[in-house]
Amino acid sequence: MKRVLSGLLLIVMAATLIVSCGGKGPAKGVEFVMNNGAEPQTLDPSKIQGVPEHKIYMALFEGLVGYDPKTSLATPGVAESWTVSPDGTQVTFKLRKTTWSDGTKITAQTVVDSWLRTLDPATASEYAYMAGMVVKGANEFNAGEAGKEAVQIRALDDYTFQVDLLGPMPYAVDMMAHYTFAILPMHVINAKGEDWIKVENIVGNGPFKLAEWKPQESLTVVPNDKYWDAKTVKLSKITFLPIDDNLTAYNKFKAGEVDWAHGIPLSLVDEIKLRPDYQVAPQVATYYYLFNVTRKPFDDVRVRKALTMALDMQELVDKVTKGGQLATSSMVPAMEGYTPAKGPTFNVEEARKLLAEAGFPDGKGFPKTPILYNTSDGHKIIAEWVQESWKKNLGIEVTLLNKEWKTFLDTRSNAHDFDIARAGWVGDYLDPNTFLDMFIIGSGNNDGLYANPEYDALVKKAGTMKAGPERMATLQAAEALLIAKDQAVIPFYHYVEQDLIDTTKWDGWYANPLGVHDWKYIGPKK
Amino acid sequence: MSRFIVRRFLSVIPTLFIIVTLSFFLIRLAPGGPFSGEKKLPPEIMANIMRKYHMDEPLVKQYFRYMGDVLQFDLGPSYRYKDQTVNDLIGNAFPVSVMLGTMALGTALLLGTIVGITSALKQNKWQDYAAMSVAVLGISVPAFVVGPILMLIFALKLKWLPTSGWLSSRAGALTLIMPIITLMMPYFAYIARMSRGSLIEVMRSDYVRTARAKGLKESVVIRKHVLKGAMLPIVTYLGPAFSGIITGSVVVEQIFVIPGIGRIFVQSALNRDYTVIMGDVIVYSIILIAANFVVDILYGLLDPRISYK
Repeated sequence: MKRVLSGLLLIVMAATLIVSCGGKGPAKGVEFVMNNGAEPQTLDPSKIQGVPEHKIYMALFEGLVGYDPKTSLATPGVAESWTVSPDGTQVTFKLRKTTWSDGTKITAQTVVDSWLRTLDPATASEYAYMAGMVVKGANEFNAGEAGKEAVQIRALDDYTFQVDLLGPMPYAVDMMAHYTFAILPMHVINAKGEDWIKVENIVGNGPFKLAEWKPQESLTVVPNDKYWDAKTVKLSKITFLPIDDNLTAYNKFKAGEVDWAHGIPLSLVDEIKLRPDYQVAPQVATYYYLFNVTRKPFDDVRVRKALTMALDMQELVDKVTKGGQLATSSMVPAMEGYTPAKGPTFNVEEARKLLAEAGFPDGKGFPKTPILYNTSDGHKIIAEWVQESWKKNLGIEVTLLNKEWKTFLDTRSNAHDFDIARAGWVGDYLDPNTFLDMFIIGSGNNDGLYANPEYDALVKKAGTMKAGPERMATLQAAEALLIAKDQAVIPFYHYVEQDLIDTTKWDGWYANPLGVHDWKYIGPKK
Repeated sequence: MSRFIVRRFLSVIPTLFIIVTLSFFLIRLAPGGPFSGEKKLPPEIMANIMRKYHMDEPLVKQYFRYMGDVLQFDLGPSYRYKDQTVNDLIGNAFPVSVMLGTMALGTALLLGTIVGITSALKQNKWQDYAAMSVAVLGISVPAFVVGPILMLIFALKLKWLPTSGWLSSRAGALTLIMPIITLMMPYFAYIARMSRGSLIEVMRSDYVRTARAKGLKESVVIRKHVLKGAMLPIVTYLGPAFSGIITGSVVVEQIFVIPGIGRIFVQSALNRDYTVIMGDVIVYSIILIAANFVVDILYGLLDPRISYK
């Protein structure tokens, strides 16, 4: 007994000792803490995918071009300028004289080697397809059909880099701010192999460099004094937290432990939207339902239109989602130079008429259809609202079917085993094409099995056209087919970026379309 | 005794083998895979990834490859956290969970026995009722209620403690307090009730009556005779409690954002990060088996009526 008791005492004493040690004092300078929403899957730009990784990438690395903090369009990065050939199919970048955080020079050959590493099939990059969409020969090399010499990129001299595009792709340079086109410290990668990303080995060329990484706990970066624009950098330290629960993150924000929280807890939207530090910005992203157009009765466009027109999207965003989302009837969000096509809007009378024409007067005989969505409170309340609206407006009964994320994806995208399913799509770059090319026949993301050769022809034609109103008109015609004529999907709303950051305290943070925020501009308000 | 230990130890190996084999095939039956996402990968890209992780090989071959690695204590790469191996992930997270669990169990044991003894000595008086009401609350209110309530009061309203985080955050060791309280509550309550019950039972037993009849002082009776007998069930409870508190810290780790093994377990299951799930299953199995093993041995040492032949 004595032994047990003394053992106990020891444990308690140890615990008390640890508790009484207290926290670390704050370091000098302006520190910034952000909740990043998840533990980064990797820091290796060739392998990353996802928003949390992107936020860290933006601190540690810089590509040929960066993102403008207000418009998300390309700004000079490692390249100080670039020229596009008259036919629009070749871009030549003029690189600035700059180095890695360890002082090694960055040359045009570094860019060539970096891109080739990402495209190398052995690297198994998940986002390599993005380079394949614009760079000539990239797909062939990545698929193992050709050697690396097939990739049409080259170093003309130490500071001139040239790339051939698959066509006159007006969005190509903007796309190159993406991490798929990252410039990598090949001298470290060649020396250290897979371990190059470890804290003791990693070097970067971004405004910050990695100081500490405690997996699942925090990741810390400090200014990189070798960065070419180091004078613009204002923060002395950024800590990224991997909290995946928005409520916990919100609590930390309220307690002043976090300066920027990305995302909000949906259950508290009424409280949060009144806060002055709540930031909403339209995102290039669409929330929609898609029909499996091969299944009865959804193979009938009248049924698809009736279901669409029986939903009042304005009511949805005003009374259900409430976070400032933008109700829509279009698949593509508005972008510079592009006016989205309009689909049919809320019209109960017309909806009933169409449903009756399709053989279901007053909803009679309509099969009890499940709405498939992935388990989440947010998707559930929307599905319930849809269920209620269709019952009220059309007299049809639908059921709700939720599945855990990976099971949901398997059901929807691999098995196509659904009638109506929820989906969301975030644009990878600022061009309507990122929302439209997934609906062509044979596309891996065409989960509803929409098939209209006319649509395919328009999307493919736009891919070969030069930038300008004509190309945009072609894409708009394609979108019109998708939503106005064929109604393959029901667009609900365009997402908004929801952030909590006090912009009266912090400068250089602007709500922008892609939700990317260059760290070098963020600093305390003077 | 030593023969028993050796025999028990050897029986662990087939148990672990069966657990690992079953888990390996079962988790692959779950729909979806580690690389599925809202944006489906083009087939060529998927092929590159499958090749890299040997997932293009027949499942049986993958199984033997995995078992070969496990025998060399290599739990493989994480499919999600590409810069880390499963050994890295568990190596970082496991000590955190053990530290949290040990402190919570230690606190629960200390407070639980104190409260239990007090209740037993003051049986059916107000102290007893008060203590046992707290214990009932502790057992019946789950961690996902206790945690957020503590957070609301002490972090958001009073601002005495940080809302969440772990030792390396600005608040340092203050982050430990709420998770320890939340995690220890049911164990504290259970230990308090158990020690009270066991103490009362022992106090009524013949040998205690004999001790009193000898004219010993009450304090000596309690210290020398009652406590020793009454603590036996609690000691045997500590084994399962320890494994329970380590494997059951999932909720507390989620609420307070603690980088422990429970958080990794939940995430790996949702992400279909097969190798990490397997690694967690192996670690959890070893903890459970080891805890039972230790209890069996302790039983023999503490209770002279039990012998291992």
